[in-house]
Amino acid sequence: MSEEFSVVGKKIIREDGVEKVTGRAKFADDYKFPGMLHAVMVRINEAHAKINEIDFSALENEPAVSIVSASDVHGSKKVGMIKNDQPVFCSEKVVTPGDVVAMLVGESESKLRSLLPEIKIDYTPLPVLTDPEKSLNKNSVLIHPETGSNLIVHHPLRKGDVEKGFEESDEILEQTYKTQLIEHAYIEPEAVVAIPLGFSEGIKIIGSIQNPFTARKFVANVLNYPLAKVRVQQAHLGGSFGGKDDTMCILSARAAVAAIKTNRPVKIKYTREESVLESYKRHPYILKYKVGYNLNGKIKAMKIDILADGGAYASMSPFVTWRSVVQASGPYEIENVQTDVRAVYTNNPYTGAMRGFGSPQPIFAQESLMDEIASRLGISPDEIRRINGFKNGSVTATGQILKDHDVNLKKVLDVACGNTDFITKWKSNRDQKIFSLKYDPSNPILKDNQFIDPPENIRKGIGLAVSFRGCSLGAEGIDAASAYLSVQNDGSIYLDCGLAENGQGLRTTYSIIAAEVLGVSAEKIIYLELDTGITPESGPTVASRATLMGGSAVKNAAEILRDRLINLIKEEFKLGGEDVISFRDDLVFSRKKGLITKFTDLCKLAASRGINLSAIGWYKSPKVDWNEENGQGDAYFTYVYGCQIAEVSVNVSTGEVYIDKVTAVHDPGKVINKLGAEGQVYGGVTQGAGYGIFEEVTADNGFIRELNFDTYTIPTSMDIGEIKPVFVEGKENYGPWGAKSLGEPTLELTAAAIANAVSNAVGRRFYSLPLNLEEIILNKKLRPAGTKRGSSL
Amino acid sequence: MKMKVEFKLNGANVSVFAEPNRRLIDLLREEFELTGTKEGCGVGECGACTVLMNGRAVNSCLVLAVQAAGNEITTIEGIANGDLINPLQKNFLEFGAVQCGFCTPGMVLSASALLDKNPDPTEDEIKEAVAGNLCRCTGYKQIIEAVKETARLSRKN
Ligand code: FES
Ligand code: FES
Repeated sequence: MSEEFSVVGKKIIREDGVEKVTGRAKFADDYKFPGMLHAVMVRINEAHAKINEIDFSALENEPAVSIVSASDVHGSKKVGMIKNDQPVFCSEKVVTPGDVVAMLVGESESKLRSLLPEIKIDYTPLPVLTDPEKSLNKNSVLIHPETGSNLIVHHPLRKGDVEKGFEESDEILEQTYKTQLIEHAYIEPEAVVAIPLGFSEGIKIIGSIQNPFTARKFVANVLNYPLAKVRVQQAHLGGSFGGKDDTMCILSARAAVAAIKTNRPVKIKYTREESVLESYKRHPYILKYKVGYNLNGKIKAMKIDILADGGAYASMSPFVTWRSVVQASGPYEIENVQTDVRAVYTNNPYTGAMRGFGSPQPIFAQESLMDEIASRLGISPDEIRRINGFKNGSVTATGQILKDHDVNLKKVLDVACGNTDFITKWKSNRDQKIFSLKYDPSNPILKDNQFIDPPENIRKGIGLAVSFRGCSLGAEGIDAASAYLSVQNDGSIYLDCGLAENGQGLRTTYSIIAAEVLGVSAEKIIYLELDTGITPESGPTVASRATLMGGSAVKNAAEILRDRLINLIKEEFKLGGEDVISFRDDLVFSRKKGLITKFTDLCKLAASRGINLSAIGWYKSPKVDWNEENGQGDAYFTYVYGCQIAEVSVNVSTGEVYIDKVTAVHDPGKVINKLGAEGQVYGGVTQGAGYGIFEEVTADNGFIRELNFDTYTIPTSMDIGEIKPVFVEGKENYGPWGAKSLGEPTLELTAAAIANAVSNAVGRRFYSLPLNLEEIILNKKLRPAGTKRGSSL
Repeated sequence: MKMKVEFKLNGANVSVFAEPNRRLIDLLREEFELTGTKEGCGVGECGACTVLMNGRAVNSCLVLAVQAAGNEITTIEGIANGDLINPLQKNFLEFGAVQCGFCTPGMVLSASALLDKNPDPTEDEIKEAVAGNLCRCTGYKQIIEAVKETARLSRKN
């Protein structure tokens, strides 16, 4: 197709926009069914304890209340994304405070909640392990004794010979970085309803579910049903960011067990506090980097040791840390790399998938490190990246040669620097004179808002970060997607895909793709609800793979139908085989004869000729390969590149950081959905900024302190100045017209860029996220006694 | 003991019985099936439950149902005055201010309370007006633009 687009890349209104802006869009908790019951969770208030006995006798006089527990589970009692280590209902022990031992099911949720204190649980507390660095010690308590170790996974990577590389280096730098536990903080808390459909049909689940096919698998395993007897329908999803996966799968399974037991629809709806308490979060990492480099700026060797706190369950830890091992040395060509990434069990809240997925942590470390090396060498941050950054044909740490796409690392860097006047600002900020508070030590009481007001308290900083990111699942798993497209007699079109709308706007993107191929306006396309009973499976909606994978499947389906229509036209209108037919503006053209017919008339004709105008499109990713032993292989089939520059104002008296501006330059390949793409940048950068400067879940002996938005603060409309998205559309062989990924790259860079900007402002470096007030002023985190997580935080 | 509560809801007079501890959000969602009002936190922090009470944006999770008595309540379902969408909602769509949409009803209501009071708000005033409405998806930029444009167009007319 000659690249003149009529729908792609234009501003298109979201397909589900009117529903959402009028409040009519139905989210999971908005569904009600006749006879529906509610379920509430029974928990032990312990991080690690052996359950001796649960005494429900106080409920004997409550015939309307059913108790649902492990004994009601007829299939798998334990489930998991990768390892089956998480009980649907705990019966032997609890390993983190979010754990659920049973549910009460009945008509009134408030009545059920009032009964919870009546249940007596006899248990024996076990030692609580909260420090991931002690997790692998011989004498540490085992979280899941049957596994024989607290090690969830270890990914090694070996390229070249680091020791030799260090010997050949002029200088060596070693640093340790730490990142914090954070919450997804989707604004909609979890909710799900399970509806029994009778013996032959099985069960239907409607919920705030990120991955309906995964939920179906969990429910089928737990009920011991065939997959086809579990239908999962996704309600409108109030945000997910990777977070409504395992948790929702387990909630779906619990609701399903209760629905089968009571033969009534059962709803589970979490409060915010329960959501934060039980749902998984982003992994805190401890990252040790040793790097050898020459005085000319060339990095010779990098040795990386990363420890991820997986918390109580394995969840997605093996895959999250796998992305880390592939990307930990950054978008830099380094001859000798040795990386070890381990994830371990503790009694902390468990951690799993979250937008970014194992990349924001190493990016913070590696980009801080690059700036530090540059400053030691007296060169600028962009220079060090130019010296070492990937270009076409570079070899990654996993030994993969970057080819078949524009390796646009330097381009995004150049565009970002040009857009912000980076070098000039960076130098002038660096040379600002250091201000120190003038006060009289004999009378250290400050007056007249001395801390807050004087303009010299505010120092400006600018900082950058770059990344490369593997697209889609990579060697994590089978990677394929499908789409269903059906053109009706009147030219209106049904579209459906097995990947899920999580708020990111995927349905709109897919509608645009189908509309472009068939030359119709996007409003012609009616998007069907994702229902595992009807929609073909497409794997999970994760890894920013929706546009690339699902988009290719939609394009494939649309092309199948277009080709059928072309054959029909050539026959009907007696056009030569070599004539080129094009579809545009709801019309059909021949290169030779010009306008042939209207799209609607063509559809009518096709129907009258008995042509099949429904198709399943399919896309399977190209081959990738991976060697578990040495971490070598073509990890992902393609990559995207990004550079973000943060400009900040730091109040050196209070430690407050205000983000004046973030310039986000990304190469996502072709931009299909312009409004949606910009929205991804604004949203991703804002989340990344929250990660960078204030968000943190602290756990005291496994107990989370920040259970609601009063204590867990996410960015508000007041917290960030300007965000400027810039797209560099690099050429790519894969994806629809070369469209790749954007959702996660937008988030992964921001915290690192901010950290470098703050360092530029205050002349000191920071090694621990978030850069909150105490980190800026004291270079450490203040914690109430007993709420430490990890050994030295 | 239930109490009788009479108030105006989306332009119509209504009368219901409610327990004294019942929250307005529950009354709206359960009694009136106005599920456009969302609950994100239950403690007055997220603004997903925003409704208008006599034109002022309030968190309906912090208001008791009985406090609605004698007042005028507008929810997202009533904001377009019988039309499908109003100009503010239209601009939310045009500017891409909606992603998952969970915060959207509350956002629209907070923004319209602002525009009713102040037809020519500055960017800072807009930011302040929606500061009590958390959005995890959009980063707020397109929301602020949508409100700005609505104000500009209504001044032009
Ligand atoms: S639910 Fe009322 S403010 Fe969050
Ligand atoms: S659009 Fe998702 S929370 Fe605002």
